[in-house]
Amino acid sequence: MSLASASLSHAGRPDGALNADALRADARRESRGLLALLSPGLLLVFAVIIVPIGWLFWLSLFDEAGQLSAANYARFFEQASYIKTFVTTFKVAFVVTGACVLLGYPLAYMLSQLPRRAAGVCLIFVILPFWTSVLVRTYAWLVILQRKGLVNTWLIDLGVIGQPLPLANNFAGVVIGMTHIMLPFLVLPLYASMKSIDTDCLRAGMNLGASPAATFRQIFLPLSLPGLASGVVIVFVLCLGFFVTPALMGGGKVIMWAMRMEQTTSLYSNWGAGAALGVVLLGVTLALLGLFQWLLGARATGVWSQR
Amino acid sequence: MSMENALPISHRQRLWLYALGGLVMLFLIAPSVIIVIMSFSGSTLLQFPPQEWSLRWYESYFGSVEWRDATIVSVKVAVMTAIVATLLGTAAAYAINARTLRLTGAINALLTASLIIPVILIGIGTFFLYARIGLNNTLTGLVIAHTVQALPLVVLTVLSGLRSYDMNQEKVARSLGAGRFSAFFQVTMPQIRFSIVSGALFAFITSFDEVVVSLFISGGETTTLTRRMFNALRDQIDPTIAAISTCLIVLSIVLLSAAQLFGRGR
Repeated sequence: MSLASASLSHAGRPDGALNADALRADARRESRGLLALLSPGLLLVFAVIIVPIGWLFWLSLFDEAGQLSAANYARFFEQASYIKTFVTTFKVAFVVTGACVLLGYPLAYMLSQLPRRAAGVCLIFVILPFWTSVLVRTYAWLVILQRKGLVNTWLIDLGVIGQPLPLANNFAGVVIGMTHIMLPFLVLPLYASMKSIDTDCLRAGMNLGASPAATFRQIFLPLSLPGLASGVVIVFVLCLGFFVTPALMGGGKVIMWAMRMEQTTSLYSNWGAGAALGVVLLGVTLALLGLFQWLLGARATGVWSQR
Repeated sequence: MSMENALPISHRQRLWLYALGGLVMLFLIAPSVIIVIMSFSGSTLLQFPPQEWSLRWYESYFGSVEWRDATIVSVKVAVMTAIVATLLGTAAAYAINARTLRLTGAINALLTASLIIPVILIGIGTFFLYARIGLNNTLTGLVIAHTVQALPLVVLTVLSGLRSYDMNQEKVARSLGAGRFSAFFQVTMPQIRFSIVSGALFAFITSFDEVVVSLFISGGETTTLTRRMFNALRDQIDPTIAAISTCLIVLSIVLLSAAQLFGRGR
């Protein structure tokens, strides 16, 4: 046993330091063991995410002639088509985030006020879509919103409209489809934060004569803002890099950032330009998340750890 | 919320809130319900409710070699991803939970990076890397890429299981002479096995539903179901996809219920 030998060899030291070396060696062994447990996962993430992204960043620094240049980044400010892509992306992200707040806040509020059992049942309506394939949900919206889709057929049959409304293959379709996909990302963290609001605070407010509306406005709303902020940030960030729904529902007219990246690399094989788009997208994403964490001291990734 | 915690507001005063919440819930669930119903339509027209009923779109799904092959690829990849991600993720969660390592924050951030990094960037990056090492259009490549995306979910799920478990129990076992591994497998694992199973189910579903990265790195004989669906949707709206979608929805329900059941057993 190493402990025995250690105490023998340090017989001359004061009592407290008697086993210090043995303990330190033990701690080191412990750390090495834990690191060994972590290393396969870390290695995989490093190889599949960090290395390729670092490589793409390196590529983005060279122009098509192989010269070191900022051409790949400069074109974002010069070419109108890139500027249009950025404007479209931010417009979609803002509108979708806004729609998610308008729809998600009342839902999360209702869930937080319902009895435990009822809230559990209603949560299924949020969690099931959250875990249903994005592709399936986008297909569903295509079926519902297209020219000869359900909404148009119904409205024409009812005589509300004469001509089908352009709901799919345009901005509106992308916004509707994406709002449906992003909504759970807002509701789940918001609901969790609303659940943690102490109802004693609300009751105290009402006891002191505040109306239900005033209690909500002056007590509940401010206390729910951190949860709302975390939902808003995660939805906005996910919107910026979203691909599937705009690609299928944009009808080639709504070109968002991620689609632009796919076109630049797959269609035009311009890796430098595509990589530069990716680097800026990652930079914006990390900056927004970092800003959020700095302001509120909370991680925006919480949505995945509470289900 | 128990009755004594209830606010002095009646349900009737809250009717407007329930109505609003109900509408949003309808918005969330309606698309899936409509697709499930339409998948049993007998017509090529997209009518709702369908005028005639049939199983022709299911026959068209199961009868097509291409769809069947793609489904088999997806199942294979998802099973292997679930196994690998659960092993690596549980090991990592255990190490993070011990909290003796420095840089735990950085390690956490790295392991959960794939939740935050735009998936399109991961797709392009992985394709670029795989092109150099010949992993594009291979099952191995798909499993590796999907494992990276499923890993954070396993780590977070197992970690939440470990946090509600008293690690001192394992320490007691080890002080009584059990080795590190036997202490883990005999004392700790039986108590967190439900989170591990939940994590595995989440990993499976993550892989099975993954679209963007698969679009870049799968193809030919290893075309995944989602990639084939994406391409089919770009061309036309084939009602066969409604039948496939229904199968995917049912799969989600089954796996989620299983995860919930296991979660309750915790």
